[in-house]
Amino acid sequence: MLEHIELFFKSIFIDNMVFAVFLGMCSYLAVSKKVATAVGLGAAVIFVLAVTVPLNWLLDQYLLRDGALVWLGPEYADYNLSFLSFILFIATIATMVQLVEIVVEKFSPSLYNSLGIFLPLIAVNCAILGGSLFMQSREIATLGLAVNYGISSGIGWFLAILAIAAIREKIRYSNVPPPLRGLGITFIITGLMGIGFQSFGGMLTGGDDGAAPVEETTAQKTEKEEKEIKEEIDEKEISYNDAVKEYK
Amino acid sequence: MALLTKKDASLILDPLADNNPITIQVLGICSALAITAELKASVVMAISVIFVLGVGNVVISLMRNVIPSKIRIIVQLIVVATLVIIVDQVLKAFAYELSKTLSVFVGLIITNCIIMGRFEAFALGNGPWKSFLDGIGNALGYGVILIIVGFFRELLGSGTLFGYKVLGDPVKMTGLYSTGYENNGFMIIPPAALIVVGIIIWVQRSRNTALIEDN
Repeated sequence: MLEHIELFFKSIFIDNMVFAVFLGMCSYLAVSKKVATAVGLGAAVIFVLAVTVPLNWLLDQYLLRDGALVWLGPEYADYNLSFLSFILFIATIATMVQLVEIVVEKFSPSLYNSLGIFLPLIAVNCAILGGSLFMQSREIATLGLAVNYGISSGIGWFLAILAIAAIREKIRYSNVPPPLRGLGITFIITGLMGIGFQSFGGMLTGGDDGAAPVEETTAQKTEKEEKEIKEEIDEKEISYNDAVKEYK
Repeated sequence: MALLTKKDASLILDPLADNNPITIQVLGICSALAITAELKASVVMAISVIFVLGVGNVVISLMRNVIPSKIRIIVQLIVVATLVIIVDQVLKAFAYELSKTLSVFVGLIITNCIIMGRFEAFALGNGPWKSFLDGIGNALGYGVILIIVGFFRELLGSGTLFGYKVLGDPVKMTGLYSTGYENNGFMIIPPAALIVVGIIIWVQRSRNTALIEDN
């Protein structure tokens, strides 16, 4: 149970898909102009990651890794097909995305209309393939942990795109130097947010200097985190109100 | 000059500056930033992308009339994945240490948006020779940014270039370090890459004001 909790927080905050390893940056930058669309894409990413990571875990465990084919018989024990993992992982992802698209279109047209354009994009979102490749290289041990890893790294990505979309909605009213407008300032803000997220690094690994100071810092961090979340919520409310006004 | 007409040359030269895939088209940022802490890794990554995009563009362009448009994404992914597996195996065989540094980011060339973007936008509608030039040009534009970012991050962060101590030895206090200079550890951490790219964008758009966005 403990390792589940550890993996969960580690993949959301410490190894955050966007801020620590820069995965899914293309859609992160392209689709973060409005909070509403960002939420749609974020939800789709969580969902697709939660499905594809466990699937690829099964593929890796029973087909690809060194000696994985031993269940077919002892003569297959020497086979190592891991060089095929890129092509099989991406095939799984592309198929799953296509499947999800068809199913969603059939059963929930309204969800399809809001997610529709993002789903094909997801097939080439590096965060999805990255999730599977990190799952392989970090040697996630069980299927349960793989599901956990998929969901939590999806949530990490979701949080990142939500935060940047909220900030970008506000920044429209600020006086940014013209050459930095749009892309440039988004890069720099993401960098600053990334530095903020670096501070989570000590959350689970900083046990070297004795227990007491670590507890203190984690408490401080949770406080900070809460504050950030509150601020985020406030921001969202404001932008929501703005949107309502605009609509009227 | 029969080989490269003026139009062909612009296919290669445009993406280097005014139509750069990273700073203008916003493609391929995913794998661009994480591996730029060292110049060597940036150069290898740039070469890998040049190979994959150059060859991939030609292959897709040759097949453009037989690919059914409904399943084109899967066909494109398979072509890229095959090329990336070749790159990965070559790296593992000849530069094992480096392939450990690049870790999953070699695999992530598959989902590098530059590649899919160029396949969709160019190779599906143009002949093989033009597509080849377009692929090389865009991959070079990508590589240039990668190498600039890698250069500054390694120089300012570790005081080295390609692993050579160009600024002197920080332990023995020689070279620049004897004057009290210190490495900026900030440049090594991942978010610094984003800020460096942000500054590149800033410089580029200050020089060419036509590129400025509304908002």
